[in-house]
Amino acid sequence: MVQPPALPLGTWSRPLSALLSLRNIWVEYGEKVVLERVNLDIEAGSFVSIIGPSGAGKSSLLRVILGQEAATRGSILLDGTPLTPECGPDRGVVFQRYSVFPHLSVLRNTVFGLECAQAPFTARLFGSRRRAAIAEAEEMLDAVGLGDSMHLYPAQMSGGMQQRLAIAQALIKRPRILLLDEPFGALDPGIRADMHVLTTRLWREYALTIIMVTHDIREAFSLGTRVLTLDKRRRDPHAPHRYGATAVYDLPLTKKAQATAPIDESIKLDAISNN
Amino acid sequence: MRWVNRRISRGNSVLLGAIPILLLVLLYLVLAASRHADNPNDKILPLPSGMAEAMSALLFQPDQLTGQLIFWADTLASLQRLCIGLGLSTLSALLVGLLLGVLPPVRATFGPLVTGIAVIPPIALLPILFIAFGLGETSKVALIFIGIAPFMIRDVAAHITALPREQMIKAQTLGASSWQLMLRVALPQAMPRLIQAVRLSLGPAWVFLISAEAIASDIGLGYRIFLVRRYLSMDIILPYVAWIALLAILMDMLLTWSSRRLFPWAHGAGH
Repeated sequence: MVQPPALPLGTWSRPLSALLSLRNIWVEYGEKVVLERVNLDIEAGSFVSIIGPSGAGKSSLLRVILGQEAATRGSILLDGTPLTPECGPDRGVVFQRYSVFPHLSVLRNTVFGLECAQAPFTARLFGSRRRAAIAEAEEMLDAVGLGDSMHLYPAQMSGGMQQRLAIAQALIKRPRILLLDEPFGALDPGIRADMHVLTTRLWREYALTIIMVTHDIREAFSLGTRVLTLDKRRRDPHAPHRYGATAVYDLPLTKKAQATAPIDESIKLDAISNN
Repeated sequence: MRWVNRRISRGNSVLLGAIPILLLVLLYLVLAASRHADNPNDKILPLPSGMAEAMSALLFQPDQLTGQLIFWADTLASLQRLCIGLGLSTLSALLVGLLLGVLPPVRATFGPLVTGIAVIPPIALLPILFIAFGLGETSKVALIFIGIAPFMIRDVAAHITALPREQMIKAQTLGASSWQLMLRVALPQAMPRLIQAVRLSLGPAWVFLISAEAIASDIGLGYRIFLVRRYLSMDIILPYVAWIALLAILMDMLLTWSSRRLFPWAHGAGH
């Protein structure tokens, strides 16, 4: 590879330190442009919140990073290597719902990730390796506060507990990036506050890099170290689908809140944006 | 209180369920008795004593020609055909349904074929089966298989396809390969649905069994019913039909019980 010598150092230092780089990402569904010209660099250890009105492509962006969908144009680099459009263990995910397996107990849901890696054919572990995997899973479940519920099935747990399980499941794989797609959107306010505390603690303890899509502006600012707002820069009233959204605001939050403050009132972006 | 809100206790529901059955039996007895009052040799509505007499010969006395106890030999032959047919269908529904449900290339390749086979009326294929496999056991089992397997395959495949996309994505982010996805995510969740599909297929399976036995056989519950029809032997036909109903109910209960036992997570209350 030929190193271009003339460029100033600063131009290169930022992409090189970035864990995840999005280069000129476009997402189009047929005629409809959802995302256009998205350029992002996400540093290791950051907590990026993505907000924006409904239909601004927040979830599309997350799916592209996750590998669930391919970008129409552009490339995504993880540690400088281009990602293939397929999900893998380097990117963990927690969805709003359906993230856990209903037919497995809490413990077996968590051990599943270890079994897949260590037993390619049977996807089950036996003997000492099984004991080691179970011990690791139990430790992870203790960390998310499910230590007393290891043998329950997901249907027997509340929504908050299911999301805790989904997080434990993802973290046991030690993903490079954890993607959260409105993870607390379906939870009660009280439980949501607990989950904010938990997420912040895990983010610090495990030195995670997190990208979270949310509708809740307060949540975005209280949890994130950086807030991205996706919206359309341009609008064509006769063909609104022909312009896609991109990051219109990119706010680094230098002062990181130490703990989540009690919630007074959550502001929804949809309520104020006129769409 | 509105009728939709009425809760029936377990004891009462047994009682309520028994009432229409007992009424039907009573109605039959009254009609049979009145016919026998007019004509003591009536064959159309035999009295229970007549049925017991006719059935005891089949139940306890060996057939002069074959030396078998006819009723039990019929039951055994029919159940054997039914179980082989159901077993093969279940196995193929699981294998093919799983592949069709999980792997889009397999679905694209074989989906139309399965759909095509499923819409053919199975009885229309019976002559082909008799020509291809002869009049023996194979063609009867094949009719049951062709009759119910495509439905079961499509049902299982549709159920797997309808599993939340999030689960499949999540499994992949946990490092699961296609094979591990099938084995650990799709297969276990398809099992309760498979048992449900077997339950729904029991009715058609009996239809195809009785049809095949009626047309070409020398033993079996369906064969016996169609044989004694020639002598208007309602005293044998009615107990045989009741016996088939009893067997079908027992099989259905066994399937329900095993599904609840084996897959408690699929039946809501796992507490």
